[in-house]
Amino acid sequence: MLDLSTITDSFLGNLALTLSQKAPIAAICVGICCGLLGAFVVVRRVALVGDALSHAVFPGVVAGFMWSEERSPGVIFACAAVAGLLGVAVVQAIVKSTRLKSDAALGIVLASFFAFGVFWNSTDSQSGVTDFLYGDLTTITDSDLWLMVASTFVVSTLVWIFLRPFRVLSFDEGFAVGLGYPVKLLNGLFYGLLAFAVVVAMQAVGVILVSAMLITPAATAYLLTDRIQKMMVISVALGIASALGGWWIANLDVRFQSGPMITLFGSTLFGLVYFFAPRHGIMAKFLRRAGQKSRVHRENTLKAIYRIIERNGFKGAGVGIEQLASSRKLTIERVEKDGASLVRAGEATWEEGNSAIYLTSSGWRRAVEIVRNHRLWELYLTDQANYSPDHVHDDAEKIEHILGADMVRKLERDLDFPEYDPHGSPIPSLEATMQLETVAGKQEETGY
Amino acid sequence: MIALETHDLTVTYHKRPVLYGVDVEVEEGSLVGIIGPNGAGKSTLIKTIMGVVPNSGGWVKVYGKPISENLHRVGYVPQRESVDWDFPVTVMDVALMGTYGKLGLFGRVGKKEKIIASEALDKVGMLPYAKRQIGNLSGGQQQRVFLARALAQDSDLYFMDEPFTGVDAATESAIIELLKEMRANGKTVLVVHHDLQSAKDYFDHLLLLNMRLVAYGKTEDMYNTELLQKTYGGRLTILDEVAGKAARIPEARH
Repeated sequence: MLDLSTITDSFLGNLALTLSQKAPIAAICVGICCGLLGAFVVVRRVALVGDALSHAVFPGVVAGFMWSEERSPGVIFACAAVAGLLGVAVVQAIVKSTRLKSDAALGIVLASFFAFGVFWNSTDSQSGVTDFLYGDLTTITDSDLWLMVASTFVVSTLVWIFLRPFRVLSFDEGFAVGLGYPVKLLNGLFYGLLAFAVVVAMQAVGVILVSAMLITPAATAYLLTDRIQKMMVISVALGIASALGGWWIANLDVRFQSGPMITLFGSTLFGLVYFFAPRHGIMAKFLRRAGQKSRVHRENTLKAIYRIIERNGFKGAGVGIEQLASSRKLTIERVEKDGASLVRAGEATWEEGNSAIYLTSSGWRRAVEIVRNHRLWELYLTDQANYSPDHVHDDAEKIEHILGADMVRKLERDLDFPEYDPHGSPIPSLEATMQLETVAGKQEETGY
Repeated sequence: MIALETHDLTVTYHKRPVLYGVDVEVEEGSLVGIIGPNGAGKSTLIKTIMGVVPNSGGWVKVYGKPISENLHRVGYVPQRESVDWDFPVTVMDVALMGTYGKLGLFGRVGKKEKIIASEALDKVGMLPYAKRQIGNLSGGQQQRVFLARALAQDSDLYFMDEPFTGVDAATESAIIELLKEMRANGKTVLVVHHDLQSAKDYFDHLLLLNMRLVAYGKTEDMYNTELLQKTYGGRLTILDEVAGKAARIPEARH
């Protein structure tokens, strides 16, 4: 076997990196490995496997310390990876041979492997083992770093080469079998790479928190994009940002350790995206819903105004505020507010002194549309869906706001261009709109 | 030419048999409906033929060779519910997966593959949605995407698992048109189907299945009381019970 320290010396010896140079490089390695594989871990829904794997490597770390005199990173890495894969194999064996599902099997393996590692270490406590438990970038040696860089190179190259098969496998395993892909081998490779990533990251974030690096950046990226390639890029970027940011914060106080700080930094990024992501974030969802709610409310006001104008025999396009308030059964203040929001949307104008409100032509058009939607839908329910006429109003109150132009055209055709709704009210048509627009126009001209 | 031949195909889940010794020969150019009650093993049959579920006995031949050697001639449409539709891929990405079989593990997607995928999407009316994430589609549209992926495979023999489940009427008739066109082009298609009524109009052959092969033949010959009774008239209770018991005892030495 090659002596690793000689290789390391020849490559890094002359470079003589200081800690402040080594730590960021290590952080970048962690971000790349965990970000790349994390994307697959999240979309395959095997986040718990990542967690179990990271805990299962711990006895391997202890073994590495016990079995190599000079704490050779190569031996530690290899033992850790083997222990992790052994853990995954035990999980699969349990699932296959019992009625237990993978969640229980993962729980058992996670706890027992980790406990065994702690116990084994306590029999002959090795200094340095705890650095692997909680993660400490300050303890990274030149040869550790060299191994991390090499592993990261191997991991990212293999992920790049197998990107397409991995993607099919993650999306639709049955189809991958049908394509003739060696699915078992690919799955083995995937978990092997995952074990590598865990081993690369364990010194920086600690075996307890490694799964956070695998899951959090990728989960954050999942909220930001709908393409897996983009998701991987974002996930790597967030992984690197978390690792560097956490390392920077850990430097602020000697009591801080890099592992928890990196994890917390990543969680903070997740929190920000959770709230502020443009499409999948909850702020965006909240705003969308609020926008819809206020639109529906405006449309209901328009509809009430239309009804009053209709009752008055379409004699004018204006409606008094008091009349509107009594028809909507709301207070004057509330109706004034509703009127103001119509005015802001360009759908109405105030009469001087705010005692009455006039629809603009776009407001009038929208009002006609809503009433038309409402009455068409009522007719559709009674005519084609056999509802009785006194059962259809509430449903139409909802549907009127969501019928699109396409659907309205279909309804018209199916109902043979009807003129009256089931309650005998006329269904307003485009021509009616035109007429009243001219009425409204005249009023504007005469200053009525 | 025989497109598909199975011999004594047997499947067990946790040692409990779900399919017993299925022998069937499907002629090239047939449009076959696989019919049977819930739990009859319809999906299991095609999953086993595809190698997604391991068989415990028997063999499958496609165009005269073991299926593993002729897999490139076989297309597969799994059940729509079998995948996570929140998966971050677009409609185009899924259609492109159909071309992967001919590319092998390491071939790169080029212009040719993109044209094949676009044509397949166009055929099922999904080309305008090519850039959409697959989760933003209706059930019928999702099924069309799966069909486009299968078309992009350009295979000779197809297996489709419940393609009519949860789709709108327009998609259902579009799928039927597509199936008939495929048959006209000499393709052989086997479709898992749960509706006995429509099966009569859709398929030219029926495979009646209830944990074993009840009958296989031309559709008009399959519609007789005796065969349907055998297919839908409950399981073979004794066989079921004995097999269950056998599953619990240790493997006997011969």
